[in-house]
Amino acid sequence: MINKVVASAAEAVADIEDGATLVAGGFGLCGIPENLIRALVDKGPKNLTVVSNNCGVDDFGLGLMLAARQIKKMVASYVGENKNFEKQFMSGELEVELNPQGTLAERLRAGGVGVPAFYTPTAYGTQLAEGKETREFNGRPMVMEHAIVGDFALVKAYKADRHGNLIYRKAARNFNPLCAMAGKICIAEVEELVEFGELDPDLVHTPGIFVDRVVVGDCFEKRIEQRTTRPRP
Amino acid sequence: MPLTRQQIAMRAAQELRDGYYANLGIGIPTLVANYIPKEMEVVFHSENGILAYGAFPFEGEEDADLINAGKQTVTELPGTSYFDSSLSFGMIRGGHIDLTILGAMQVDACGSIANYMIPGKMVKGPGGGMDLVAGVKRVIVTMEHVAKNGEKKILKKCNLPLTGVGVVTRIITDYGVIDVTRDGLVLVEKAADLTVEEIQCATEARLIISPQLRDISL
Repeated sequence: MINKVVASAAEAVADIEDGATLVAGGFGLCGIPENLIRALVDKGPKNLTVVSNNCGVDDFGLGLMLAARQIKKMVASYVGENKNFEKQFMSGELEVELNPQGTLAERLRAGGVGVPAFYTPTAYGTQLAEGKETREFNGRPMVMEHAIVGDFALVKAYKADRHGNLIYRKAARNFNPLCAMAGKICIAEVEELVEFGELDPDLVHTPGIFVDRVVVGDCFEKRIEQRTTRPRP
Repeated sequence: MPLTRQQIAMRAAQELRDGYYANLGIGIPTLVANYIPKEMEVVFHSENGILAYGAFPFEGEEDADLINAGKQTVTELPGTSYFDSSLSFGMIRGGHIDLTILGAMQVDACGSIANYMIPGKMVKGPGGGMDLVAGVKRVIVTMEHVAKNGEKKILKKCNLPLTGVGVVTRIITDYGVIDVTRDGLVLVEKAADLTVEEIQCATEARLIISPQLRDISL
């Protein structure tokens, strides 16, 4: 019988060692694997390469791993919300590779689906394309970008079953399905584990073949970065 | 008087057309959504994976799983859809978005734009900006004409790291509306109280004055 459910976040990340490459889902603080991140801070592996759109904020999300000096290299598209990040980067302590967001997403997708590289018009002529192979297609110059495969994928989903079929909720999907595919071992933390057969097959976002471990998160703080509201009429 | 930020957004809203799929950047561009003409239906795309998002929620109805690319809480509308980041940027890179309105630190006479970092000072990263300028059919910049420290922002050539090369088609500022053309920058509209000379003085690149130059009307 297939049962990918593990008992705790600590158990789910127990074999993540120093020097591993992690691909982590989330956009800002939305849809981040917050329980797995906390478990990794507790376990304490160092010299990690982390691929994620952002790097959390100073006291939440991947920012916690940054504060614990666990990250050696960060591959991200936007890191503007994190002072600690800026400090470690400016001092040369942290290696940073900035990617355009769409390029980062596609590199992860490519890694998951066995495409080693692809061409994109994005970033042509900018610093982020320096040193990269270029080629013209239909008269337009393109930049070659390589796929990303991580040792581990850390993703956050809304619901899962014991096969690891995943459903995400609203905009918390973002990079999660891509990271799930791009990790050699994919660990999914979920809000709810449902009975096998309960998920509507038409609505599964990440089929279980991509997922190795499922853990129900202990605590979902789900912090909001910019709480923006309008007055009631 | 130059335009206010709200007035820049009002002018930028005139670029929208019924049926457009549009992506609004952070800052002044976000305000554009407040000025869509009532009879017009425009679908807004958010690069974190939403088409057709709605207004900010009422207090108490915020949903942490429902934010826009500026990380602000938003709402669903009839017709909303969600998707992953790869598909989202497929819409952008694949040329399916009609218009994007973005902020900028600098724009130059070739339509190149810089808006993601100041070497040695500030590292933010490009986010989705590089993909938007490379993939969207029409790229419009809204910004203050001159930086707060008095430095010019519309230059002969950008000196900050570029977000995109030759991609901007129109610049809308508090001073006027400038089109990027093969011949250079053409001033097509100006704030009513400013003279052409005042606008040129605040612009490093040479401005060609359109024979049809008119005052911005809101």
